[in-house]
Amino acid sequence: MSNQVFAAVTLAVAFALAAVTQLVPNEYFFTAAYTVLLFVILATAWNILGGYTGYVNFGSAAFFAIGAYTTVFFYNAFKAPLAVGVVAGTLVAGLAGLGLGYLTLRLRGVFFAIASLALSVVLYIFVVNWDYVGGARGAYVLQPREIPFGLPRYIHVLYAVQLVMAAFALVVARAIEKSTLGRGLAAIRDDELAAECSGVPTLRLKIFSTMASCALMGMAGTTFPYYLSYIEPSSAFSLSYAVNSIAMPLIGGMMSWMGPLIGAVLLGSVQQLVQVTVSSAWNLLIVGVLLVLFVTLAPNGIMGWVDAWRRRKGR
Amino acid sequence: MEVSWALLANAVIAGLLLGGFYAAMSVGISISFGMLDVVNIAHPAFIILGSYIAYIVNDRFGFDPIVVSVAVSPLFFLLGMVLYRVYYICFERRGQESLRGLAFFFGILFITEVALVLIFGVDYRMVSSRYGDVTWRLGPVDFPMRLVVPFLVAMVMVVGVQLFLTHTFFGRAVLAVAQDQLALRLMGVNPVRVKELAFALSIATAGVAGAFLIVIQPVQPAIGREFIGLVFAVCVLGGMGSILGTLLGALVLGLAESFTSTFFGPSWAPAVSFGLLLATLAFRPSGLLGR
Amino acid sequence: MMADTLLEVRGVTKRFGGFTALERVDFIVRPGERVGLIGPNGSGKSTLVNCIAGTLRNEEGSIRFEGRDICGYAAHRRIRMGLARSFQIPKPFASMTVLDNLRVPLIYAARKHEKLAPGRIVEEAMRILAQVGLAGRAHAMSGGLTQVDMRKLELARAMAAKPKLLISDEAMAGLSASEVDDILALLSGLKEQGVAVIMIEHVMRAVMKFSERIAVLVAGRKIADGDPQVVVGNADVIKAYLGE
Repeated sequence: MSNQVFAAVTLAVAFALAAVTQLVPNEYFFTAAYTVLLFVILATAWNILGGYTGYVNFGSAAFFAIGAYTTVFFYNAFKAPLAVGVVAGTLVAGLAGLGLGYLTLRLRGVFFAIASLALSVVLYIFVVNWDYVGGARGAYVLQPREIPFGLPRYIHVLYAVQLVMAAFALVVARAIEKSTLGRGLAAIRDDELAAECSGVPTLRLKIFSTMASCALMGMAGTTFPYYLSYIEPSSAFSLSYAVNSIAMPLIGGMMSWMGPLIGAVLLGSVQQLVQVTVSSAWNLLIVGVLLVLFVTLAPNGIMGWVDAWRRRKGR
Repeated sequence: MEVSWALLANAVIAGLLLGGFYAAMSVGISISFGMLDVVNIAHPAFIILGSYIAYIVNDRFGFDPIVVSVAVSPLFFLLGMVLYRVYYICFERRGQESLRGLAFFFGILFITEVALVLIFGVDYRMVSSRYGDVTWRLGPVDFPMRLVVPFLVAMVMVVGVQLFLTHTFFGRAVLAVAQDQLALRLMGVNPVRVKELAFALSIATAGVAGAFLIVIQPVQPAIGREFIGLVFAVCVLGGMGSILGTLLGALVLGLAESFTSTFFGPSWAPAVSFGLLLATLAFRPSGLLGR
Repeated sequence: MMADTLLEVRGVTKRFGGFTALERVDFIVRPGERVGLIGPNGSGKSTLVNCIAGTLRNEEGSIRFEGRDICGYAAHRRIRMGLARSFQIPKPFASMTVLDNLRVPLIYAARKHEKLAPGRIVEEAMRILAQVGLAGRAHAMSGGLTQVDMRKLELARAMAAKPKLLISDEAMAGLSASEVDDILALLSGLKEQGVAVIMIEHVMRAVMKFSERIAVLVAGRKIADGDPQVVVGNADVIKAYLGE
């Protein structure tokens, strides 16, 4: 299936889902679905650098927050509509990824990982001290009074936007995966030195992969300030984003675009269901334990089981 | 702002004392990352764990936190052995240590932090020690005991580790395993066992450093993450795997943070270690002593 | 500067901290030449390979390929110029099949005027695999190959870059006699394609059979370079291998 066909199919599915689900009477569905879709984008984005290229980014929360706070900035400065926030947030996050990559990708992968974790901490401090976007007190981003497309409530709009963005992220990830670039990234992941000595311009590809991954992670955060009409640092930088963006691709399978999707839908839905019965700390603990269990016992994730089963059937 | 000599002197002293403590926190990373090439980013989690254990016992029985941590260190040692076993079997042996090993340790870091939140909540915890509120004064310069005592014990620990590595058979085996595993095997020493015990030692030091931490400042589960940049920065600055280098790197970092804190405000401290890490990696990746 | 020199290494020195791995090494390879590079373990052979291939930077000296100074060129740039190497310990792209392993250099190491149309890549990969005797394993996962097949894949990958010079780093180590012959035949066949080969080996009979010229590296210095029969009779060379 070519990229264009896949894109058309995915977008069609997204629009169809957006339209059909408008009929769902339960309001909670939209808030839950919004969050699950957020994780689809985040996991898919993370996997471009993580699963495809083999570089672990612990700073997903930082790029998510960059997307969110760019929206806040443009809202405060220009009363910009959501669309502007989405585009700007994605671009700024991509630039931040470029910066981080440029500084650390010449070194061993572990230093990139450590730097990404440290970046989260530093950016958090920076945002907490920056009053223009609310600092520690937080910022308000008011949902527009006129709800576009004649939908009943704004969360329906956010949900639809999230669906389209998720489709977009999947299309981008799949396009990268199946392209020549994707082969180069896979070579880097399997053995960077051998890749370099096979003619792959590793630094260039790694930087591109980082930019794409971070830009999409930022995109996941751009609608977040509108979600509750309020944003403050500890929720924007929540640990949940860091751990889920790694756990979901790992559990779903890191080798293809389907893995993060499966991981996000499964794990995300479970968390949404569990959340009403159990505290968020227990929720996170379960995710952490699942992460450790899968990485030690089933490192290829669910898609890995599927592939192994397929290969056995093929014999 | 007026820069008086007293202000400067106090910043220097505080920086040095803090640096000694940072050395204690980082000596474990020098071993696990610098010598064994295991990227244990969960190291700060064990520091925090040490802090909380010191806190419980201190709160319940009133024992001195540092004494508690030393007494409890064999448990940390055992924990380290188990952790390394799992890491070795699941990752190192299969050559997957880069991506999956990192994810594994991140998971451990994460689970530890969340478990502590569940058990203790997010409030800051403190210990009460006999010297906690005592401050010696030498002219205009303050020597707060809550910094001095951990500094002294930390120095003992760091020097002890260095002597152990250079003067005992096992210690030299650890230094050797970093360079030539085949030679070790030929000598009849099992390198995996050596690495396992060395890693256990690194976790034991983390536990003790945790007591230092909670004597110096109040602790809550999330601050572990703030120290990741710090301990790796110190390790890189110190030239990866040199204990003396780690000590120097820690002192440099302590001074840098102390000055930043004094002149720009304390909330920027984690940024200093991050900045120093990036700068070192960019300009002098072989560290201060440059191997 | 000689027009018929493919690779020219002059005065190359490489240090690791206080340890000098290579000391003022001079080394030349002509187009299509078969050169053996021998020396005891730790003499700096792999270090020299890494400096030539670009995975290490030499502190002093110059390296010229086809007359161009390539110091400072990244490794991926050097292979695009036609300078390929295999790894002593095979480094397959383990998540890929044998065929897909070859796609990587076919796509990325190709020089501009030689870029293959996408449809031709599989064809070309199969041709190279047939040349090394791996055609039957084209769709096997590269991570699960036997030792000798992995060595062949290493060489196949290097060959897929259409090199003018191929450095084979101990491809025969630990192999059986017939496996050694397989690899030897493979490397000898490259002569017909005009590819110069530097063979680094400890298997002396293969080196003697293969090389038009032998260079000897001991403790980072080149101590002999010339006709194989003369070199192996050299007293210093014998001393280096057998000790005093």
